[in-house]
Amino acid sequence: MSLNIDRLEQEFQAKIDAGHNIEPKDWMPEKYRKTHIRQISQHAHSEIVGMLPEGNWITRAPSLRRKVALLAKVQDEAGHGLYLYSATETLGISRDELFEQLHSGKAKYSSIFNYPTLSWADIGAIGWLVDGAAIINQVMLTRTSYGPYARAMVRICKEESFHQRQGYEIMLTLCRGTQVQKDMAQDALNRWWWPSLMMFGPRDAESTHTEQSMKWKIKRKTNDELRQQFIDITVPQAEFLGLTVPDADLKWNEESGHYDFGEIDWDEFWQVVKGNGPCNKERLDARRSAYENGAWVREAAMAYADKQEQKRLAEVG
Amino acid sequence: MSTKNWPLWEVFVRSKSGLEHRHVGSLHAADAKMAMENARDVYTRRQEGVSIWVVPSSAITASNPAHSGELFEPAQDKAYRHPTFYDLPNELKHI
Repeated sequence: MSLNIDRLEQEFQAKIDAGHNIEPKDWMPEKYRKTHIRQISQHAHSEIVGMLPEGNWITRAPSLRRKVALLAKVQDEAGHGLYLYSATETLGISRDELFEQLHSGKAKYSSIFNYPTLSWADIGAIGWLVDGAAIINQVMLTRTSYGPYARAMVRICKEESFHQRQGYEIMLTLCRGTQVQKDMAQDALNRWWWPSLMMFGPRDAESTHTEQSMKWKIKRKTNDELRQQFIDITVPQAEFLGLTVPDADLKWNEESGHYDFGEIDWDEFWQVVKGNGPCNKERLDARRSAYENGAWVREAAMAYADKQEQKRLAEVG
Repeated sequence: MSTKNWPLWEVFVRSKSGLEHRHVGSLHAADAKMAMENARDVYTRRQEGVSIWVVPSSAITASNPAHSGELFEPAQDKAYRHPTFYDLPNELKHI
């Protein structure tokens, strides 16, 4: 039996090494399945919880143009969550189990959404920085080895660039406005910069999943590589806005061709991951309450569908 | 938790007339009408389609990848089904 598993695992790895995708009904090691359920569902939960901080500003958007754009963006996040939940379900776990894992705290979501959105400039900073960081990660994931995840990522990437551009446009408008508006933009950058860098996860040396994930082509770049890529792209964009990145150690390194940057506050990172961020409780409460208060709607819709089906059968019968 | 979960539907979208419907993903819905409306909102927010099919996932019979060998093997040794199998002189045109 174990010989058989060894052979299957070798064939599986050979398939991945040859650049083939893995599809839902293909044989896969149990750990590959579990890792994917964890990673894709975490991604799905992040899209869904990510609607909360931005939803906070829909009613207070400063113009109709900004409001329709923000509404469309938040609706996209819901869509992205749905693509990803569907992809996770192909691995043999139900939607209800996934929600249960989120609501019980067993499953994580991106820690960035545990920070509050205090001003309108935060909506700009989120689109620019948070979606910018997400795009870097997601572009890599369009080439991930699991077919349904890769396909969901292709759709998501096509939609995300509007998110980032609308965010940057908000920042640009504020930075070309009054001093008060510019200060607001700077304040948002100050608060969102470091949490955005944390989105790429722990340093490679501390990352428990990286090695296996690279071997299975779940990830194709390490956390540190992706973080560096984000910084190199984003710093010139901050300069264009005339804003200062809140890092005294940030400096262009001619030799390496990259920016050197200061130390991330890893204590803060782990505190927020463990549930002690400013909004962890509020976010989970909002999700639980939406789920529980929506239960009667789900039941009623199903009862109605059953009744219509019975009626149809009676007519045919 | 609801007593009975909404079933899963597979969504197929025709991106423009003249092209075939293609599988784009899946979603949960209580009935076909809701599946259609959800498919519109989830998969065609940017004019990705002119026509949608929704099919209960339970209605699909799929081939088993573990049996792909014997399922597709009969086609492997039939090179004569391809035009390149036939030797014709190069100077011959339009054939």
